[in-house]
Amino acid sequence: MEWLIALVIGVLTSTGVYLTLRARTFPVVLGLTLLAYGVNVFLFAMGRLTIGYPAVIDAAAEAYSDPLPQALVLTAIVIAFGMTAFLIVLSLKVRHELGNDHVDGLHQSNDEPTLQKNKQHKPSHSVSSNSEQGRN
Amino acid sequence: MSHLAAWPVFLPLIAGFIILFAKARGLPLQRVLNLLATAGLMILSIQLLIESSSGEHQVYLLGNWQAPFGIILLLDQLSALMLTITSVLAFAALSYAIATDTDKKGAHFHILFQILLFGLNGAFLTGDLFNLFVFFEVLLLASYGLLLHGGGRLRTKAGLHYVVINLLGATLFLFAVGTLYGILGTLNIADMAAKVAVLPAEDRGIVAAAGLLLLLVFGIKAAMFPLYLWMPAAYTHTAAPVAAMFAIMTKVGLYAIIRVHGTIFGETAGAMAHYYTQWILGLGLLTLVLAALGVMAARGLREQVAYLVLASVATLLIGVGLNTPLALSASLYYLIHSTMIAAGMFLLADIIASSRGPFSDRFESGYAMPKAILIGGMFMFGVIAITGMPPLSGFFGKILILNAALEHPWSGTILTLVLLSGFIMIVSMARTGTLLFYQVIPNTESKNKTETKATTRPFKKIPRLAVIGLFITSPLLVLFAQPITTFTESVAKQQFDTQRYIKAVLSQQPVNKETP
Repeated sequence: MEWLIALVIGVLTSTGVYLTLRARTFPVVLGLTLLAYGVNVFLFAMGRLTIGYPAVIDAAAEAYSDPLPQALVLTAIVIAFGMTAFLIVLSLKVRHELGNDHVDGLHQSNDEPTLQKNKQHKPSHSVSSNSEQGRN
Repeated sequence: MSHLAAWPVFLPLIAGFIILFAKARGLPLQRVLNLLATAGLMILSIQLLIESSSGEHQVYLLGNWQAPFGIILLLDQLSALMLTITSVLAFAALSYAIATDTDKKGAHFHILFQILLFGLNGAFLTGDLFNLFVFFEVLLLASYGLLLHGGGRLRTKAGLHYVVINLLGATLFLFAVGTLYGILGTLNIADMAAKVAVLPAEDRGIVAAAGLLLLLVFGIKAAMFPLYLWMPAAYTHTAAPVAAMFAIMTKVGLYAIIRVHGTIFGETAGAMAHYYTQWILGLGLLTLVLAALGVMAARGLREQVAYLVLASVATLLIGVGLNTPLALSASLYYLIHSTMIAAGMFLLADIIASSRGPFSDRFESGYAMPKAILIGGMFMFGVIAITGMPPLSGFFGKILILNAALEHPWSGTILTLVLLSGFIMIVSMARTGTLLFYQVIPNTESKNKTETKATTRPFKKIPRLAVIGLFITSPLLVLFAQPITTFTESVAKQQFDTQRYIKAVLSQQPVNKETP
């Protein structure tokens, strides 16, 4: 079972890192969420993997699984959930105020010296349509 | 076991809730409550500072669970010092925010302010690594709200970067904590230090890696190279009182390095003792050089002050990286100075920006501002303090740190870089002062005169008083340099005495209800 858990953590983290490095807010949000999932499984595994042992005191128990990482994961899940909710709202606000969903905030608003809408965006058009679909 | 040690955590939390319910009664009541709570916090932390100066570690067992099993709050001189700096800063920033109506620009300013204090105080007092993570998240969430307070396009953009990098930091923090727990089997900082002391040699590599990962996380908070890129933008675009409050936020990262790394990998750690310090020293030096270049290249006053804050953080990193009691004592002296002066400079930059009307804080010559002599005088005072020129406290702080650096093998590099960057900053700030106060557009034409009147507005008194109140700490630090350095020396001595810390925490007995 160890290799499966290790693989899951590895895949979640690496996809998380990849998505976090994307240029648009939606993949970044997804990436951070996947990273949070990865770290949750990791924290859980740090209490060592056991099967069928109780976490609280039981007279009949031969051995125990470590209850502390379970408590930590619970806390981490709640915090990550709240933060993700905040980040989604913030991303929507950024999309609304900057007029696009670029993380580096290429802005073409009225009161700013206008950046020309040149070919810079072209390579990422496919990404944009993907993220649009993802949102729907 | 005195309950007083836990109150700096609970007071802002309770005050935050009360202010939330007072919201229905309008802003004046919220303002009064917030001022009262912050003033109360200031008195409380000064009381704790006096109590802690005996050199005892006060351990508060939350829920009456004994140390490695329950979460503890720990009050020693270092945490008491940080609490006092925070509360004094908070009072000044709050007075400024109220006097300039910053709190009217969005909802929940006062609630977020108290929750930020809750997170800060919790981070300063906790003796548990996972609890530190939780308090970090509390203070970050409050700071996200405060950073975005008032809105605006650039502010939102800077806010997004700030939030994303801190969420990444939170994930890394959890990875580091998980690894340390997996090897050491505990989360209590004192217990971790005790376990590291008897760590088998084959586990050292992984614990060292987790320790450096943790350093990375604190480096994000402290704006250490190469993790500082979020910082100037966030500090430049947020509201002035919030930026002033954020002057302590970078110091939280530094405090965490001193507390967590200094204790776990302190002198008891054997082969791993202080293995992280050369990283801090090297990265601190790099940060300092880049901060000085940033000060020179800044396009506006607020951005320039943000880079000055970065430079002060870098100087502190160097002090911590030197890793002697003498250097730590000097760094703490510099920390008091730099927090107060940097906060004052942010507020002053805001006063200057709004006095200049349409020119804001951009480096262009504008109309002469009202009360130019007074504000210019304050500006010069702040610049002398922050760039480290005699006779103010920045000079003494730097002298103390450089004095501590003399015995270090890298002393030549450190002295050269600190003095050179100081010189660059002095030149840049002199240029700024000249541009803002001397190269003004002469308002000889009558048309201009009326225009000037309309666009530049004189500032109310209380905001200036808040700035003066923060700046006054600089001469006070010089006048009372002897007692203050005696105090910081005893703080540093206590911090380096890891044995006593471990013993104090692990020997604290729960209060027994059954004994008569």
